[in-house]
Amino acid sequence: MTVETKLAVTAQDVRSFSEANNEPSWLTELRESALANVETLPLPKPDKTNISKWNFTEFPSHVVESTTYASLEELPKEVKSIVDAEKQHNIYIQHNNTPAYLELSEELKAQGVIMTDIITAAREHSDLVKKYYMTEGVKADDHKLAALHAALVNGGVFVYVPKNVVIEEPLQVVFLHDNADASLFNHVLVVAEANSSVTYVENYLSTIEEAAGQVNIIAEVIVNDNAKVIFGAVDVLAKGLTTYVNRRGILHRDATIEWAAGLMNDGDTISENITHLIGDGSNADSKSVVVGRGDQSQNFTTEIRHWGKASNGYILTHGVMKDSSRAIFNGIGKIEHGATKADAVQESRVLMFSENARGDANPILLIEEDDVTAGHAASVGRVDPIQLYYLMSRGISKEEAERLVIHGFLAPVVNKLPIEGVKKQLTEVIERKVR
Amino acid sequence: MSTLVITDLHVEIDGKEILKGVNLTLNTNEIHAIMGPNGTGKSTLASAIMGHPKYEVTSGSIMLDGEDVLEMEVDERAQAGLFLGMQYPSEISGVTNADFLRSAINARREEGDEISLMKFIRELDKKMEFLEMDLDMAQRYLNEGFSGGEKKRNEILQLMMIKPKFAILDEIDSGLDIDALKVVSKGINEMRGEGFGCLMITHYQRLLNYITPDQVHVMMQGKVVKSGGAELAHKLEAEGYDWIKQELGIEDEETAEQEA
Ligand SMILES: Nc1ncnc2c1ncn2[C@@H]1O[C@H](COP(=O)(O)OP(=O)(O)OP(=O)(O)O)[C@@H](O)[C@H]1O
Ligand SMILES: [Mg+2]
Repeated sequence: MTVETKLAVTAQDVRSFSEANNEPSWLTELRESALANVETLPLPKPDKTNISKWNFTEFPSHVVESTTYASLEELPKEVKSIVDAEKQHNIYIQHNNTPAYLELSEELKAQGVIMTDIITAAREHSDLVKKYYMTEGVKADDHKLAALHAALVNGGVFVYVPKNVVIEEPLQVVFLHDNADASLFNHVLVVAEANSSVTYVENYLSTIEEAAGQVNIIAEVIVNDNAKVIFGAVDVLAKGLTTYVNRRGILHRDATIEWAAGLMNDGDTISENITHLIGDGSNADSKSVVVGRGDQSQNFTTEIRHWGKASNGYILTHGVMKDSSRAIFNGIGKIEHGATKADAVQESRVLMFSENARGDANPILLIEEDDVTAGHAASVGRVDPIQLYYLMSRGISKEEAERLVIHGFLAPVVNKLPIEGVKKQLTEVIERKVR
Repeated sequence: MSTLVITDLHVEIDGKEILKGVNLTLNTNEIHAIMGPNGTGKSTLASAIMGHPKYEVTSGSIMLDGEDVLEMEVDERAQAGLFLGMQYPSEISGVTNADFLRSAINARREEGDEISLMKFIRELDKKMEFLEMDLDMAQRYLNEGFSGGEKKRNEILQLMMIKPKFAILDEIDSGLDIDALKVVSKGINEMRGEGFGCLMITHYQRLLNYITPDQVHVMMQGKVVKSGGAELAHKLEAEGYDWIKQELGIEDEETAEQEA
């Protein structure tokens, strides 16, 4: 039995929103047809978590107005601390639903690189966006939440890296959330054309303690032949926000993606990170860390699907569970028929710090081809009392010893984050969450 | 001067009594050695002093300058001046040796009075050079993948950085090559003096050749059965433990059990 969908937004609202933004007609139509399907499509079914009673559809308002920033100087201090104003020349900041700041170096512009908010992009680069927007990656009729997303997109960013362009400096995107009534239906579209290379880091940051909105994020990353994308993400969304976040990778021949994610939301969260290794010789490496606390319930699915020959997929997840938080970690390696010489390896480690916390590592290998290599390791355990004893025997308090063990446990992923400021921020968030 | 007094200590592990009434007094400015056959409770004694979670003290007392050690948490014991160089140090992934040591030092200082990074690094480098350790070891994860000898050297590095009143060193010499043994001994001798007392658990005279003990104790069947000066260790090295068993009329219960 599913809860009845009580949508506050009507078809008329969606149409006026789209028109007010001067969106191309294909996008307006996409929104309208998606909205019509919301009612009938089923919810996604994350393994081992029943979300049929979760509220994904009720929220105070579709769009809120927020301030823009004329310079990085004006940013709130929480954002300043993750933005290196000296070094960061390619940055987009969205304030709740408002595009608030954009800077892209002249050099990159001259090379044809695009970075702009998704709605402007749909207007100004309509054909390009249309080609990739919910076509190869996530589709609007995949399930109820994808349809809801497609209908209500109210933010996000478009990043386009033309053929042969190699961007050394990371592109940084900050989604600042500080209005308790705001909902984020962000669509992120990253397209790396053949032989290009880019590092993209996005940061969801709530600076309020509690909120009431919905977060329904879809990120699609299209990596064309022999291109490389490093995709870093740190999500720190407030308690009270129900989050559905879907990060999808589509990899063509000899393409590479490295995901590094710190999933630190305080609200209930369904996170799905699926990479399709379509092209022969394509590679995906997905690393994530999670800290669960309070009474939040979360489900993290990381899946790499091998279609191409000699494709490599590596999944590493480390989760720390505190208080009475619950989380399921699904790690899925799927090798399709014909993907000979594929290599699928995954590892999930869950460390529990309280009697009432529950973490469940659920490794799945689905292999339809003989000539492949695959392996998985999973462990769920409590912190080793002998390790704590060792640290404490040097005068370190129990709390500090636990802190050290947690940081150490999460270090393999944290150290992978491509922007120093974001790495530091993640370390600080972990610090705050484990205290 | 500080004093550590152990009186009639009884310790159980998983319901089995291992220590059956240990008495021992250690002062600063003294180095004692504890010797004894395998499985007689030497590591148990060390662990009970430090407060290992698995060992349960059923009776007796441990007092440090009149303070009841058994009432203290593990970290409080360390703060009070106790240090245990472990027979099998833990490995802690993701925590660098340097970060760990800095936490240990700062744990002894007031908030706001933390050791400066520069000062810490200077001191760490100096001690590591003294112990002929590769400076890269500071940035490696704590004991992870360290060889047996490297772990022992790292225990001594911690000892020298933390500067406790009393160190208990459990087989600090095992697994060390001759050069490492010299270096480790050099470290312990460097600490020797007014404010420092040491209890060394060892099986071998060779350690005691470098660090002459003030007293030597022999443990058997969960008790200190004999104490003497440095010459006692020499005699044990030459003659083994049988003569003590005979002298004291001790039955070999462990072997008897095993043969049965
Ligand atoms: N969990 C346990 N249950 C029962 N007996 C135990 C347990 N752990 C240790 N013991 C026993 O306690 C006894 C004392 O062990 P301890 O490690 O103190 O010996 P030791 O004198 O340090 O020996 P060695 O010289 O080999 O290091 C041993 O017989 C050991 O088997
Ligand atoms: Mg021992």
